[in-house]
Amino acid sequence: MPKDVPRFWREIQQRYNMKGNKCGSCDRVYFPPRESCPYCRRESMGKMEKIKLSGKGEIITYTIIHVGPEEFEEQVPYPVAIIQLEEGPKITAQIVDCKIDELKIGMKVESEFRKIQQDGSTGAIYYGYKFKPVE
Amino acid sequence: MTDIGIVSYGGSIPRLRIKAEELADVWGKDGTRIAKGLGIAEKSVPSIDQDTATISVEAARNALKRCHINPQDIGSIYIGSESHPYAVKPTGTIVGEAIGATPDLMVADYEFACKAGTAGVQNCFSNVKAGLIKYGLAIGADTAQAAPGDALEFSAAAGGAAFIIGNEKVIAAINHTYSYATDTPDFWRRAEQKYPRHGGRFTGEPAYFKHVTNASKNLMEKAKTTPKDYDYAVFHQPNAKFPLKEAKILGFTKEQIKPGLKVSYIGNTYSGASLVGLAGVLDIAKPGDRILMTSYGSGAGSDSFDITVTDEISKYERDKAPLIDDMINDKEYISYGVYAKYTDLLYWE
Ligand SMILES: [Zn+2]
Repeated sequence: MPKDVPRFWREIQQRYNMKGNKCGSCDRVYFPPRESCPYCRRESMGKMEKIKLSGKGEIITYTIIHVGPEEFEEQVPYPVAIIQLEEGPKITAQIVDCKIDELKIGMKVESEFRKIQQDGSTGAIYYGYKFKPVE
Repeated sequence: MTDIGIVSYGGSIPRLRIKAEELADVWGKDGTRIAKGLGIAEKSVPSIDQDTATISVEAARNALKRCHINPQDIGSIYIGSESHPYAVKPTGTIVGEAIGATPDLMVADYEFACKAGTAGVQNCFSNVKAGLIKYGLAIGADTAQAAPGDALEFSAAAGGAAFIIGNEKVIAAINHTYSYATDTPDFWRRAEQKYPRHGGRFTGEPAYFKHVTNASKNLMEKAKTTPKDYDYAVFHQPNAKFPLKEAKILGFTKEQIKPGLKVSYIGNTYSGASLVGLAGVLDIAKPGDRILMTSYGSGAGSDSFDITVTDEISKYERDKAPLIDDMINDKEYISYGVYAKYTDLLYWE
C-alpha cells in the first residue's frame, strides 16, 4: 500500500504519463525507467533517454482477483493483466470498462487515467493508469 | 480582428448507467412517470475509480488528441466543479501534470454550482485576449451526488468537457460573452456536508429562468442578434424540461435546442452540462454555424456566449477522439446496489 506520499509524488510522471526511458545504445525501452540498461550496462550510462509511452498495448495474460487487498475490496471481482506495450515493455495493470466474460488474451487495450487508491476517506488520493479495451 | 475562441475540445462521460425505473423501484415511485416528467430516461454513474479529476484529465486528453498544440503552450487551466475530489488541493494541478502542461502555468479550481466551467472559459478567453497566454484550458466536470431517495437522485450524473481557448486555428470564435448574477439561494451545499439542499419549486422562475433569460437576452442585445440568427442554442440542462421551456421563453425552436440537449441520455452533469451540450453541437457543426450557449449556476448566475463556427472546423481532426454521442452510446447498466456501492451511499458518518 503506498501510504507513502513522497514516494508516490516522485513517481507521478511515470504513473500519470507513462514516462519510461530508452537505452541510447540498443534502443530497448524500459518502464518503469531504469538507471542503466541491463544489456549494455556501462555502455548505456548517460545515454538513457526519457520517453513518453503511447499507452497502447495488448493483453498477454490476465487473472481475476476475487479476494483483493483491503483497499480494493469494493472492486472485486476485477481483472489484472500483463500488458505488452507497443514500445516493448510488459507491465501489470487493472483492466476497466470491460465485462469479465469479454476479456481475451490478445485484446488491444489503451491506458486511461483513473483513481488507483486512497488512504481512507481523509488521506491522499493516488491516481494513475489502468487499461481499457480499444473498440 | 483576430478570432479568439475554441481551438479544440473533448468530452468524457463514464460508461455506467442507471435507469430511472431502477431508481424508482427502490423508493416505491413510478419510474416511467418521473422519467417522462424530467425527460431523463437514464443517467451516467462514475465507476468506483472515476472522479472529477479523472473525468477532467480524460476530457483534456481528448481535446489534445484532436489538435497539434504543445501542452507546454497552455498557460492557464481552470476547472469548474461542485465535486472537486479534495476540499483543499486543486484538481487543476493533477490535470496540468497529467497532460504535461506544468510548471509555467496559472491554475485555479472554480466553484459556482453548475456554471463554474463556463466561468473558466471566460477567464481563458480574457487571458488570451490580454496576450498573457497562448492557450488556456477550461474544464467543467462533475460527479454529482444526491442523497438516497431525494428527487435529485434521478438526475445527478457524471461527466465533463474540456475546451482549449486560443487565437490560432480557432474552430469556433467567441464573438461575445456576458454574465448575469444575483444572490439567490435556490440550491446549496454547506461546507463539510455530503449532499446538497434545494429550494424545491423555488429553483424554477426566480432562479434558472430569470438568470438564463436575462443573460441570453442581454448577450443577444450586445451581439445585435435575435434567436433567428442562431443555428443552435445550448442551455444548462438540469433536466430536459427547463431548457425546452427556456427556448420557448426566448423564441428558439425545438430544432435549435435538440442537438445540444444531452441530459435525456446521461442526466445532469452539473458543471459539465452546458459544456457537454456545446461539445455535442460542435461534433456536428459546419463552417458559419452560429451557436448561443448559456450556462446556469445556482446561487445564482448565468454565463452566455455568442459563438461562430469557422472554416477551420473543416480541417479539424474531430475523429481523433470519441464524439459525445459515441460516449452516450457506449454504456453498461448497473443495479441500485452497485450504484450505492460505487457512489459511496453506504458511507456512514
Ligand atoms: Zn541497451
